[in-house]
Formats: sequence, structure tokens, C-alpha cells
Amino acid sequence: MSKENAIEVVSLTKKFGDFTAVDNISFSVSKGEIFGFLGANGAGKTTAMKMLCGLSRPTSGDAVVAGYDINTNPEEVKRNIGYMSQKFSLYEDLTVYENIELFAGIYGMKRKDISRKAITLLQKLGFYSERKTFVKELPLGWKQKLAFSVAIFHEPKVVFLDEPTGGVDPVARRQFWFQIYEAAERGITVFVTTHYMDEAEYCNRVSVMVDGRIEALDTPSALKKRFGTDSMDSVFYQLARGAKRSD
Amino acid sequence: MKQFLAFIRKEFRHVLRDKRTMLILLGMPVAQIILFGFAISTEIRNIDTALLVPEAGENIRRLSERFEASDYFSVVSLVSDEASIDGLFQRGEADLVIAFSPGFEESMYSPEGASIRLIADATNTNAASAMTMYASNIINDFVSEKISETGMPPVSGVQPNIRMLYNPQMRSAYTFVPGVMGLIIILICAMMTSVSIVREKETGTMELLLVSPVKPIVVIMAKIVPYFVVSMVNYLTILALSVWLLHLPISGSFWALTLLSVIYIVLSLALGQLISTIAKTQVSAMLMSGFMLLVPVLFFSELLFPVDSMPLVFRWFSDLIPARWYVIGVKKIMIEGLPMAYAAREFIILSVMAAVIMAVSLMRYKNRM
Repeated sequence: MSKENAIEVVSLTKKFGDFTAVDNISFSVSKGEIFGFLGANGAGKTTAMKMLCGLSRPTSGDAVVAGYDINTNPEEVKRNIGYMSQKFSLYEDLTVYENIELFAGIYGMKRKDISRKAITLLQKLGFYSERKTFVKELPLGWKQKLAFSVAIFHEPKVVFLDEPTGGVDPVARRQFWFQIYEAAERGITVFVTTHYMDEAEYCNRVSVMVDGRIEALDTPSALKKRFGTDSMDSVFYQLARGAKRSD
Repeated sequence: MKQFLAFIRKEFRHVLRDKRTMLILLGMPVAQIILFGFAISTEIRNIDTALLVPEAGENIRRLSERFEASDYFSVVSLVSDEASIDGLFQRGEADLVIAFSPGFEESMYSPEGASIRLIADATNTNAASAMTMYASNIINDFVSEKISETGMPPVSGVQPNIRMLYNPQMRSAYTFVPGVMGLIIILICAMMTSVSIVREKETGTMELLLVSPVKPIVVIMAKIVPYFVVSMVNYLTILALSVWLLHLPISGSFWALTLLSVIYIVLSLALGQLISTIAKTQVSAMLMSGFMLLVPVLFFSELLFPVDSMPLVFRWFSDLIPARWYVIGVKKIMIEGLPMAYAAREFIILSVMAAVIMAVSLMRYKNRM
């Protein structure tokens, strides 16, 4: 396996009884890449992502994430990734600072390092004056920015974002993508699922999952060219139209 | 260890910041003790009593005065003819009628003796038997005094001599304090831990913890610690209230009682964890702990009904209820003042139950991963 790849997936399959949620997918994501993982609801995105995060064991196949095998070393995988889920995922009844402190502590950072780094981060985000505010009192866009910052606070090699911008206005979404670019520039590999096709355009490469299989994988411009259209929307629609299952 | 402390800090913040829940948690035992201690009581007082007196007489007057003087009875009316008795009950004016037979005064000294009928409203069976028992006691006392006073020949037969062990004044606090302890501890521990774990599943933060390198056992243990502390506070509150407010002494060893309670608290916390592996939402966790715990604990822990008088199947079932064993153990140590060795059976049963529940819930927790 190439040293350059942050994620390397070979014939990954997950079956639930007779149902094959993820059907023999293979792909790789290189270091510092922003990789869009698209698919309709029920296509198997979440199941695939769960396996890559070490949350669920594959039925067969293999994957190496952040340099560790998800079958043999899921604990090391967890230590080296960050995760932000579609549901808003910080503790609402803790303050901004307490949330940072908790998650940094979970990833084994030292208290001294945490406070130094947290202050820098909060100043950069312009949140320093809000450090003692309860998260539930923040606007949604801010929460998402903060959740992303918390997800990469411990400098993971790969960060998984599961529909991170759900319910946020376009301006906040753009700002959020600036944050993603910045993280990628620092060498953090970004693995993101989304339903917004304009966001797919921001990715270096995207894959489209249909019925558990990866039907297309390329840069947004190459995909548009291949399907003879100028929008990712139409690419996605042409691919997803063939789906047999939905929920 | 550092992770664990970080988590405990987080859990305490969750608990302490939820002021309303906190108030309920700490207020509930106080409210229950006060309610059971003063408002709700299995003792019956202020019984509305009517006297049926066909003709006046010295003994009737003296006996009536005793009823008046007693806390249990308040004489509300005095009637002289049999026919008005029904009306008293129908209008709800009396719960008990004490009917002296005609010619009471004379027949008291005759060989056949005089008779008094006690007529009670038995729609509430417990109240009816208690009322008639109190009334009989007053009458019997009167008669025996009369005997010693006048040198009347005593009625022959066996005179029972009753001794009420451990609770000579027959105070209901002796029954309900252990029951309330058993109830509150299991409710708070099981409900609060299950709800707080399920809440994380609902809000999605559990997912975040699962993808982190933290061991699930650390997450769960940290959840349990604050509720353990709250339960210990409740335990001590109940004890303090019952000693100083209800004047119910701890006759046995405080430390034995505490050890028994700690085992029971651990068992309840494990039960909460088990419920959280089954329930999907906070509401269902709450309902599950409510129905699965509250009802059986109320019915089978001797808080309301004596288990020994239940049909056999129910008695078997009651053996499975941890609260029952805890209540029995508390009664032995706290009220009967027995040494710990006498409660060995309860200690062993509760420990085994706690171990089994813990093992099952950990197994379920692992399987879900």
C-alpha cells in the first residue's frame, strides 16, 4: 500500500443477513485530499463510513485508515481520526471551553497543551469572548464551526464529516468550507459526505455510491465531462436514477 | 485514568447544571418521607363516630367519654333509635356506629353480660378492621378496669396478652421508611442513569464517544459516579429525616446498613445501565424504569401490602424483586437491630443479583458495539 494514501480500501463488504449494505467497494484517498463521498439515502454511505471509523466490523475486505488496519487495529484508527456527525455533536450544557477541554482530554492531550491551544483556536475563530458561553446559546453556524474545530483539535490524520452542513444557511456553509480547506492545507485528509451538490464541487474528488457500490469516482470536472453536463446535480441524478433501493 | 476524571467532571456538570432535575432528585426523598410520615398514614385517626344510646346511664357516659378522649375517634352524633343508623352511613356522616344494646346498664351485671355492636363502613376494608380493633380495645380496657374496680366476677375464658415487638406503638413509620428507601434508591439510580445514557444516544454525542479512543466501560462508569453520589446523599437524607423528624432510631449498626445500601445502589445503577441498552429514547427509558420498577417495587416490597398473604405465584415473583430483599434487610438491621450476620441472606442475594445484572448489561453493551 502506498505511503501517500490516507485511506486505502480494498473490496470492503458489509452484509446484514441477506442484505448487502456495502458491496465490494475499493478506492483510495491521498493525504491532504478533500474526498466527497456521495450517495442517495440508503446507498450505504453511513455503513461504509462506520467501518472506516472502526465502529463496525466489515464482513469481508480490508481498509487502512491513517496508517492502521481497521480489522486488526481499530483502536489505533480511532486515535488518529476525527469525526463530526450530521447531528450536531457537542454537549449543549457545557461551555465552549469545556467542550474543547473534554474532547481534547478524550484524545489524551495534556491539560497544559489543551489550554494553550484552545486559547489560540478561540482567538482565531473570534470566539474567545464566548469561551464561557453554553453551547446551546450559540447560533447553529457557530456551533458547526466549533464542532469542526473540536473534531480536528487533536490533529488527526483523517477527519470524517458526516453531512456536516445540514440545516445551515449558504453563507455559513461557505465559511465552513473555508475551514475545511484550511485543514486540508495543513495536511489533514478530509472525508466528507453531503447532500449539497454545490459542496461536491468543492471536493478534490468525489465518489458516488449507488446500491452499495461505487458507480463513479473522479474529479468533479471529469465527472461532469463524462456525463455531458455542467452541474454535479445532473451527474448525481443520472447515477442515482438507476438505484433499485431507497428508503 | 485522566480520561476517566475528565469524564466524571463532564457528568457532574451535566447533573449539577440541570437545576430542575437536581431539585427533584434531592427533593423527592424529603417529600416522600414527609408525605408518608404525616399525610399518608396506615394509622387511622379522626374516625367519625356516632353513638346509638337507647337510654342514658353511668357506664355508657363513661365509655363515651373514653371514645371522645381518644385521638382515633371523634364523636359526631348521638342517636337514640336503631332506624337512624342507616341514614348516618348513607349521608356519610359516620364511619363507625357504636350501638349500645337496650338495657345496657342492667345487663352489665347479669351473667349473660351486656352487648355493644360495632357497625363499620367496610367499603375500605383495612380502615374498617382498624376502626373496630381500636374500638374493641377501648371497650376491653374499660371492662377490665370495671372488673378490678368493682370486684365483678371476670368473664371466664382465655385472655390474650399481646406484645408488639420492635414497634410497640404500632407506628407506620417503621414499615414505610425501609420501603421508601428501597423505592427511591432504585428509581433514582435506574431512571437517571438510563435516561442520561440514552440522552447521549438521542443527541448523537454517544456516536462521538464511540469513534473516540475512549473505552466504552470508561464512559459508562463515569455516568454512574454522579448518580452514586446523589443516591448516597438521598440515603443519608432519608436516614436523617427518619431519625430526627420521625424519631425512628437506627437500632442496628449504621455501617452494616450503609454497606447493604451501597450494594443495593450499585445494583440499581447496573439496572439503569441495562435499561439504557434496551431503550431507544429518553421517554421510553423513563417509562421502562417507571413501569418495570415502580409498580413491582410498590407491590412486592412490602411497602403497601404484605407479601406473605399473596398467592404463591406472586410470592415467587416477589423473590425476584431486589427491593424486597433490601427492604427486609433494612428492617432487620435498622428496626429490629439485628447484627449483620442475621441479614446474611439479604446481603448474599443482593450481591448475587447485582453481579448478574452487571454481567448481563455489560454483555449487552458489548454486543451492540
